[in-house]
Amino acid sequence: MGEPIRSIIVLAAIFVGVLATAAGLIWLERRLLGLWQDRYGPNRAGPFGSLQVVADMIKIFTKEDWIPPFADKPVFIIAPSIIVVTTILSFAIIPFGPGIQIANLNIGLLFFLAMSSLSVYSVALAGWASDNKYSLLGGLRAAAQMLGYEVFMGLSLTGVIILAGSFNLSDIVNAQRKMWFFIPQFPGFLIFLIAGLAETRRIPFDLPEAENELVAGYHTEYSGMKFGMFFVGEYMGVTLISALIATLFFGGWMGPLLPPPLWMIIKTFVFICFFILIRATLPRLRYDQLISFGWKLMLPLALLNIVVTGAVAIAIN
Amino acid sequence: MLDLLKGIWTVFKHSFRKRETVLFPEEKPNRPPRWRGRIILSRDPDGQERCVACYLCAAACPVDCIALQATQDEHGRRYPAFFRINFSRCIFCGFCEEACPTYAIQLTNDFEMSEYYRPNFVYEKEHLLINGPGKYHDYNFYRVAGISIGGKGKGESENESLPVDIYSLKP
Ligand code: SF4
Ligand code: SF4
Repeated sequence: MGEPIRSIIVLAAIFVGVLATAAGLIWLERRLLGLWQDRYGPNRAGPFGSLQVVADMIKIFTKEDWIPPFADKPVFIIAPSIIVVTTILSFAIIPFGPGIQIANLNIGLLFFLAMSSLSVYSVALAGWASDNKYSLLGGLRAAAQMLGYEVFMGLSLTGVIILAGSFNLSDIVNAQRKMWFFIPQFPGFLIFLIAGLAETRRIPFDLPEAENELVAGYHTEYSGMKFGMFFVGEYMGVTLISALIATLFFGGWMGPLLPPPLWMIIKTFVFICFFILIRATLPRLRYDQLISFGWKLMLPLALLNIVVTGAVAIAIN
Repeated sequence: MLDLLKGIWTVFKHSFRKRETVLFPEEKPNRPPRWRGRIILSRDPDGQERCVACYLCAAACPVDCIALQATQDEHGRRYPAFFRINFSRCIFCGFCEEACPTYAIQLTNDFEMSEYYRPNFVYEKEHLLINGPGKYHDYNFYRVAGISIGGKGKGESENESLPVDIYSLKP
């Protein structure tokens, strides 16, 4: 099998896999939330309600896709696609097994950080283009929130980069052969986890959406598949962050017995479930709490982590 | 931070709890005897309509969903010519049952009233009237009320003595 055919197969598999996961998460999240709230969640359509995904798809594709007359049309239409595009692009750098990777970028992590920063445009622009005060507030919150978490998100990964000596995700996975990085980099792991929650704009950091204060925040005016894109984008974001946590801190595709891609999928799903568990537990933070939490606690911690990791790395070498 | 983890752990422990959901169509929920559900009109033990078309239920209804028209049979017994409840407006408050002087209108513990077509929620008398006395088995309004109707004169009701003849001097 030639190299191009192989990469096309990998590309298609990852693309379809990611989209299917994002769709399946709609069902998984509702089932898990149900489990943790002592109820069932969707359990009617198909075995264990799994065909709920299909029903939701049909519903969202056939709903009226309405653009409010007062909206800024081009921006209104582009905004939802940005989040999907940036998130899908980020999956290009994640290794799902030795050699199973779309782009073996030597600046993989930087690429991810760049893409995650871009995705905030989606939310901010959606809020802006909707020309609705709740949406605008949501968009503003998203922008401010990004200032809060983006800084310590990048810094929390620096420890991993120091240990692995590379930005390349394959190298980072290979560097974890002896020890998974969440042991030496436990603070970094926690900080990245929190930043990841904020990045995906989920509870407790779902301020831009905040349905009980802002109607639905930035996507108040969206309907039909445009709204669906935000949703798929959010679920893909959760998958992305989970996959990254697995790659950066939990040895990626490495594991005994089972084939590497399966390990990657298992680890990713464990973190997806953990994200949903957090959603089932925590209330939403207040706006100022998030900002001061980010700048006063997380940022110094991330810096301290870098200093200590750096000092230890120098001492050992 | 520790509290957060404790909270997450508590929620996680719920994975192993029994689920509270009652899987409705297969499994019926427990309904207490005084549940307020679908409304019926009952008959007295003699098989006659209990409703005397006094309009008290319609007056008591906070959402105005009862409509009826009074009429009389040849014995002077009042009954509703039509009796209509719009269940798409009814809030199942039970005020009509409270207001009814004859125990005619009663709320039952049936709640499975879904319809695909909205006008089907309007129940006429033939849908409401049942063939039994409902929750009150022995009560018959005309047997305890003091009025005379066909077959029963003044003073012939239960716990009632014959009217006093005010023109008589006898004790
Ligand atoms: S239950 Fe309440 S709302 Fe319904 S008919 Fe009776 S009085 Fe009206
Ligand atoms: S149901 Fe009862 S309250 Fe209503 S009109 Fe008949 S007798 Fe009167």
